[in-house]
Amino acid sequence: MAALARYWRNPAALLGAVLLLLVVAVALAAPVLFPKDPLGLAGRPLQWPFVNPKVWLGTDASGRDIAAQVFHGARVSLLIGLVATVIAIAIGIAVGAVAGFYGGIVDDVLMRVTEAFQTLPNFLLLLVLVAVFGSDITTVTVAIGLVSWPAPARLTRAEFLTLRNREFVQACRVLGMGDARIIAREILPNALPPVIVYASVVMAVAILLESALAFLNLSDPNVASWGNLIGAGRGVLRTQWYVSAIPGVAILVTVLAVSLVGQGLNDALNPRLRGPAPVKTAA
Amino acid sequence: MTILLLALRRLAASLPTLLVILAGLFLLLQLAPGDTVDALMAQMGGGDPATAEELRRYYGLDLPAAAQLARYLWRLVQLDLGQSAIYGKPVATVIAERLPVTLMLMGASLTLAFAGGTCLGVLAARRIGQWPDTLISTLGLMFYATPSFWFGLMGIVLFAIHLGWLPAGGIEEVGAGYTGVTRLLDIARHLVLPTLTLALVFLATYLRIMRASMLEVMNLDYVRTARAKGLGETGVIVRHALRNALLPMVTLVGLQAGTMLGGSVVVESVFALPGLGRLAYESVVQRDLNTLLGIVFVSALLVITVNFVVDLIYGRLDPRIAAGR
Repeated sequence: MAALARYWRNPAALLGAVLLLLVVAVALAAPVLFPKDPLGLAGRPLQWPFVNPKVWLGTDASGRDIAAQVFHGARVSLLIGLVATVIAIAIGIAVGAVAGFYGGIVDDVLMRVTEAFQTLPNFLLLLVLVAVFGSDITTVTVAIGLVSWPAPARLTRAEFLTLRNREFVQACRVLGMGDARIIAREILPNALPPVIVYASVVMAVAILLESALAFLNLSDPNVASWGNLIGAGRGVLRTQWYVSAIPGVAILVTVLAVSLVGQGLNDALNPRLRGPAPVKTAA
Repeated sequence: MTILLLALRRLAASLPTLLVILAGLFLLLQLAPGDTVDALMAQMGGGDPATAEELRRYYGLDLPAAAQLARYLWRLVQLDLGQSAIYGKPVATVIAERLPVTLMLMGASLTLAFAGGTCLGVLAARRIGQWPDTLISTLGLMFYATPSFWFGLMGIVLFAIHLGWLPAGGIEEVGAGYTGVTRLLDIARHLVLPTLTLALVFLATYLRIMRASMLEVMNLDYVRTARAKGLGETGVIVRHALRNALLPMVTLVGLQAGTMLGGSVVVESVFALPGLGRLAYESVVQRDLNTLLGIVFVSALLVITVNFVVDLIYGRLDPRIAAGR
């Protein structure tokens, strides 16, 4: 509870929470405010924002409502971000926990694999996965999760290395507990907080990765994604730059919100320990 | 001598990683629909199954997977990355043609991000809690949260379209026939916007690390000693604090080498630069997996090289590290 109080006293963290709530509200409101298909025709193409009250953020080059796409895009971005993060953190925890707990040759092998993933440029690997397995929304989400697990794995491993020989773990061993139970029930809860905080970094990066893929036309074209909209606006950049500008602001606000909340959690949970700054990946 | 030994040891340490990468790439190739022969047959406009069989035997595709993997590895060790389906040239040649632009872009961005991050980080740390610190930290957060391709597009709108100061894309004025210094200046002008676009995100991370690292170092005893012996503030920072505060920054350069390569895919696509990233994008769109895997392989080599150089610099900055090995 002290941590919670510390969180609310931090203005940056507060701003992050407010922004995040705003984005979530936008995502929830999308089907209510824009029940029609956001990729359907809404009116004359290339209307400027704040001119026609029916399409208050204007229309893109195909005559689709930008506001509808931005609202529905929030759903897509948050969903992809969340699911990809869960995948990445799950793999990361599994690999890191086993490597850190057993050490020795198991650790060596797993860390080589982790290193291999870290040596390959994230975004390039993502391109390969999309090229091989296609780019519908499920594949893209899983692929983003698959390229994002090494950092959480290293973090989990480091935590396990410091925890695995503590007295309480030795006590469990003496009691005859199995490895699986010690890992999952005893060490993991203690190792989890920094990993959970780091999840905000993974999520921010995941959202940016998807938007970059979509911008390059390599994400699912059948969903209203912010990156898709920015990419579509490129063709009319010379005169109707607002088509690309508006969804970019949406991405900025969302990533900023997720980062601020993560940083706020970090400061609140380890007030003395300033965690590592997020190491950004791609895009 | 020590450096050579260090180099050899580092190389040996990165071999297993490289092996894992190569095996992984091979596996991905197996998972991809179709093989080289399918691609070749498509290029030739189809053919009968007997010819396909013949070709498969010729390329060794009828061998067991393990033998294929061995052949594949052996080819890669010789830097034979196969033929590019869309360019009709060896992949290695295509990559070599595209590499300089990417290296220029990365080098310029890294320099800008590192120098800018260091300066801003020190400035923020010196004025902690005051408005320069708040301003710099806020800007850093904004840069961090902004997708780089969007920065690039907005840069084009402002500086290329409305102000007309800088070119909107390409690496040089086509057909202008510049030579020598004029050509270099022209290329530099074309690189300004892409460099800024790629650098800002990294600058944000560097300034954050530098600020934290500076704050930590400034409280250490040896800084107090330096102050006590009457050294001026600038002297303390430049001669004593900076050198140690730079250590985590240098580590970060190695960690982010791969990220930067990934970022250049997007930036090169925004500015239509004929680099490796643009090539990667083209090969995805045209399903030229051979080229794509070649790029990934070369990128991995590049990242390993950068990490090696970082290690060397590390040893120079902190002799304890080199001695400890």
